[in-house]
Amino acid sequence: MVKVFIYPINSLILADLVERFGHKPLTMMSQIREKVTSLSLDSPPINITPEDPKLGLKYAAIEVPAGVRGRMALIGPLIEQTEAAIIVENPPTDFGCVGCNRTNELTKYLIRSKGVPVLEVKYPDSDEEARDFVNKIAAFLESLPKEKTETEEKAKEEESAEKEDKE
Amino acid sequence: MSAEESSLVKIALVSCGSEYAGVQPEFEEAAAKVNAKFIYPEIDVAFVDTIGRDFGLEVASGDLRLMMARAKAVVEGITNADGVFITTCFRCAEGAIVRNEVRRYIHEHSNIPVISYSFTESTSAGTLLTRLEALTTIVRRRHLLTREIQTGLTAGIDSGSTTTKAVIMRDNKIIGKGWVPTTKVLESAEEAYSIALKEAGVSREEIQALGTTGYGRFLIGNSFKAQLIQEEITVNSKGAVYLADKQKGNATVIDIGGMDNKAISVQDGIPGMFTMGGICAGASGRFFEMIAKRLGVDITELGDLAVKGMHENVSMNSYCIVFGTQSLVNSLAKGATPEDVAAAACYSVVEQIYEQQLQEVDVKEPLILVGGSSLIAGVPKALGELLKIDVLVPENSHLIGAVGAALLVSGFVEE
Repeated sequence: MVKVFIYPINSLILADLVERFGHKPLTMMSQIREKVTSLSLDSPPINITPEDPKLGLKYAAIEVPAGVRGRMALIGPLIEQTEAAIIVENPPTDFGCVGCNRTNELTKYLIRSKGVPVLEVKYPDSDEEARDFVNKIAAFLESLPKEKTETEEKAKEEESAEKEDKE
Repeated sequence: MSAEESSLVKIALVSCGSEYAGVQPEFEEAAAKVNAKFIYPEIDVAFVDTIGRDFGLEVASGDLRLMMARAKAVVEGITNADGVFITTCFRCAEGAIVRNEVRRYIHEHSNIPVISYSFTESTSAGTLLTRLEALTTIVRRRHLLTREIQTGLTAGIDSGSTTTKAVIMRDNKIIGKGWVPTTKVLESAEEAYSIALKEAGVSREEIQALGTTGYGRFLIGNSFKAQLIQEEITVNSKGAVYLADKQKGNATVIDIGGMDNKAISVQDGIPGMFTMGGICAGASGRFFEMIAKRLGVDITELGDLAVKGMHENVSMNSYCIVFGTQSLVNSLAKGATPEDVAAAACYSVVEQIYEQQLQEVDVKEPLILVGGSSLIAGVPKALGELLKIDVLVPENSHLIGAVGAALLVSGFVEE
């Protein structure tokens, strides 16, 4: 199981594809979910406070607009966990969009310079291209290692130990 | 306050994602203080992909395209809004282009008042308050802002940071003026008002309506039981186009005050986009006071001195009120003339205004320069040279706030 960064980072379709192949998608939705469900002072609508753009300074300098740094405070930690990435170029808005192209440029740059396997595909314009698009992504996800995580290994060990005890 | 004036104002928030900058609670707080509420125009997500071509401005950021789509929803009446607040990140060039064009689009295609602003994560509710106060005033008091002639016997008091001004107006004429340095806000207002009343030859009881503006507007307004207490953006816009006799069409108002400046883009006497500092004391009237003192001349003589000088003869290494003054003093030591130094001081102030305030405001002619510093002749000269346009300084330009207040409050006389 590999942690796969997806671009657009809030694409439900890409996240679903990654999960289907047994990997963990790194998504904006999970970051927002953590923001709005964890206990904190209210800062509607997504609990982002003026502290977040400051956290974003880790990824972009002070002269970079606050909106970019605020978004990077959410996206940056995901980039740090990234073990592989899928970047879809020219997607329509309903495929996924974080709204700010400066953030997109920085995000893609940081992913590309990370040295992890990256698949870059163009968003399809026809049915044929769509099949090719899915096949490329599937082949990429298939190629990623599928070893279990430590937790999963441990759970499996515990399960077999229980079985042995019963026997 | 009438029912109309106390009603909730619905402001469409057209932004590139202020929620990601952590400033959304400040927006909400400022809106609540002026009894306004932000609404978010609903649009079909597919519009975000096509709006660039429809609008004629193709940009890469989805949220900027969303701004255009939301502006269109407001203009076409799909969303019912009383006013629009357009805001994008400070220092984003793409955002600045869209912000300006969306504002222009709404202004040209509807009668809905619109204000724009660029935010940082440090933007506070206090910073936004004057802007939202101006926006809600335009919504609630549009009938007052259309007033072009002063009627009856009214007074206006402008409680500024450095000076307090008062005027008495009767039947569209200024009949009394008072201008005193601001020390204690109430006492200075009392003094300026008394001087104006005395010059006008009328008693306080005869005044039919009083309007107040400026920093001390609430204090003096409540104390003097004013009929109108109004922020200076609205009042100064109105006062400037009234004094300059440019009430119709576009105008740009630059107000260089004792401690801060305002640059306001005005259409038919109603403010649109504006910036206001405190950017730096080096760009304020206080800088002129310091330079006049250093040159050993009265502030009223500084302007005539500056007109005779050449700013190019003096090199200023800083705009700062401390280091800039040091540069001027060094120039004097190197043999520069007081005239050149006075001219350099004027040029330094207008250059700062150009670099830091006019970048966000459409500079449309006529350019009306007001505020106490407009009386320093070197200032309009330097501003005209810098912007390559004629600068209009109307008579009584230093009384703009008080005149604007007296004019607007005359609407209450008839009511």
